[in-house]
Amino acid sequence: MLSAIASMTTLGVGLGLLLGLAARRFHVETPPIVDEIEALLPGTNCGQCGYPGCRAGAEALAEGSAPLNLCPPGGRDLALGLADILGPQAGGGACLEGMEETAQMVAFIFEDHCTGCTKCFKRCPTDAIIGANRQVHTVITDACIGCDACIEVCPTEAIIHRPKPRTLRNWYWDKPLAGDETGGDTRLSA
Amino acid sequence: MSIFPFAGRFDPARLFSFKGGVHPETRKFLTSDCAIEDMPLPSLIRVPLQQHIGLEAAPLVERGDAVLKGQLIGKACGPVSANIHAPTSGRVIAVGHFTAPHPSGLPVLTITIRPDGRDEWGPRLPRLRPEDASPEEIAAHIAEAGIVGMGGATFPAAVKLNLRAKYDLDTLVINAAECEPYLTCDDRLMRERAEEIADGAGIMAKALGVRDIIVAIEANKPEALAALERHKRALGHALKIRVVPTQYPMGSERHLVKTLTGRETPARALTAELGVVVHNAATAHAVHLACRYGEPSISRVLTVSGRGVARPANLRVLIGTPVAEILAHCGGLVEEPERLLMGGPMMGQPIQSPRVPIVKGTNGVLALSAAETREKDVMPCIRCGLCVQVCPMGLTPFELNTRVEAGDLDGAARVGLLDCINCGCCSFTCPSNRPLVQTIQHAKGRLAERDSRKHQQDQARRLAEARTARLEAIAEAKRAAMAKRKAEMAAKKQREAEAEALVAEAVEATSRKEATK
Repeated sequence: MLSAIASMTTLGVGLGLLLGLAARRFHVETPPIVDEIEALLPGTNCGQCGYPGCRAGAEALAEGSAPLNLCPPGGRDLALGLADILGPQAGGGACLEGMEETAQMVAFIFEDHCTGCTKCFKRCPTDAIIGANRQVHTVITDACIGCDACIEVCPTEAIIHRPKPRTLRNWYWDKPLAGDETGGDTRLSA
Repeated sequence: MSIFPFAGRFDPARLFSFKGGVHPETRKFLTSDCAIEDMPLPSLIRVPLQQHIGLEAAPLVERGDAVLKGQLIGKACGPVSANIHAPTSGRVIAVGHFTAPHPSGLPVLTITIRPDGRDEWGPRLPRLRPEDASPEEIAAHIAEAGIVGMGGATFPAAVKLNLRAKYDLDTLVINAAECEPYLTCDDRLMRERAEEIADGAGIMAKALGVRDIIVAIEANKPEALAALERHKRALGHALKIRVVPTQYPMGSERHLVKTLTGRETPARALTAELGVVVHNAATAHAVHLACRYGEPSISRVLTVSGRGVARPANLRVLIGTPVAEILAHCGGLVEEPERLLMGGPMMGQPIQSPRVPIVKGTNGVLALSAAETREKDVMPCIRCGLCVQVCPMGLTPFELNTRVEAGDLDGAARVGLLDCINCGCCSFTCPSNRPLVQTIQHAKGRLAERDSRKHQQDQARRLAEARTARLEAIAEAKRAAMAKRKAEMAAKKQREAEAEALVAEAVEATSRKEATK
């Protein structure tokens, strides 16, 4: 009995030490920058960047194989944030021109075309679609991040993207037209 | 160059006011001698359920219902919201979305009432004797009456009266500055209803638990001043009347407090921090009506003015009266107005269509002709610094403008974008006619949108995590069920095997017995 306890304990301690040492010895370093990037990304794993999830996207960004503007839900602000971490030339540089002033997009379901197949709401990464089998589905605009997941799976092409509808709460004035101004206008030189 | 380069700028009156500000032509003469007249019942009344800052009220009536004057038709939702009452008796012909009295022209939930012409009162609010009531009771009564700040800010009055729980208050200021050009509704109200305003102020002071009441009137309203002086003793409240210099934006709460007390309100804080609560004179009047007569907030006095209107006037109108009917009552338009505004010319908002209704915070309807708007071409900024001199918040509008134009919202926020009160002094004074305040408003909206987007992203991340967790839980449950089934199958098989063995044994036993026989 005693010998059994002693042998099992030695075995346990010995193997534990071995495992611990191996973990130290063969540790693969994830660069801390990946964590930093992942914290910036939306974290919804929608897959629009072409990588399987935000973690993989962050790794690709860290090694410089992905452009800064890879993440459509993050938009221009995310691209600028990434440039702060990685430098503007990372991933071969990125053109922010197209991302200027992009309106936030949300999914919209044409109820006439929806067959209630439940495919889209099973795919939605943020549970922004509600509905049931053979019943018309609808999108909760506030939860939708505007990824393509639902559009890809819809068999009747009943889902489109459209800019987030404006309400009295989120409306604001357009930028006033500055008229016929000269180029030097916005420089702060005397 | 003079030895004292700033000598010319020194103005003794400013010693007791605030830095900056402008002196636009007031044009109050158009309506200042027009006594308040009651507007006849309009043919249609549209009552938006969002007339205040905060959450939309919830409708309590349906299409086809008959309503009586003063009946509650919209219930306040949440702590910052306001009740909505039927302005007259009639039938509800629609509960749905209609263009909001807002520059965007976006729809807002609106109750449309066709008046029956009888103007029949339903049960009024329970009468309250403020002298015997506790501050809480008064505040609750004012909340019930749906009174909001009637100077244009439309912040629910009761919420402001309940500030005493959080701050150490000592003074109530009745804001009768009315610094916006054209508007004379508060001026007229004070001339004609001084006693009622003084009484309303007394009730509010009771609700706030403060001793001092200061009524601040701009120096260009001597008649209103005289009217209030006549009544201040009779009511028994220690009402102090202070004349403040005529200067825009004197009606801004923090600038009024600065002028009266010499103390500055901290950035993005309430004046309550200094122990001062500011209410508009028209709000005081509404409080008087609610407490003494049980009349909820269903009408207001407003100024109809501008060169585009045939007969400028001060009117008492029901909330929800369409602007078109008000203009028609004032003799219609003499020319196509360059701009149709709700509120004053400095901070008022353009409206998309004259069919929109007036709301609790509408203190004016202005039809401005082209000669009045004087729209001019925008020219480059010449760095003259006039906007910096006039900015009452001590900001640098040209720098804000430059940063916003360069897309640097964070930079603009660092130099005080969020401290701007949208008074428009910078745009008013700019010799290059640059749309400074407009740009700043746009930038504020963008900043708010960005913040909400960030908030939404966090929300989305939480949702995604919840979904992953849920899917994992489901998979786990499935695995567990599978394992359970497997175990059951195994147990069943074992039982069957045991049973078979037993049977076999029994058979053997019997066969052995038979053999021994």
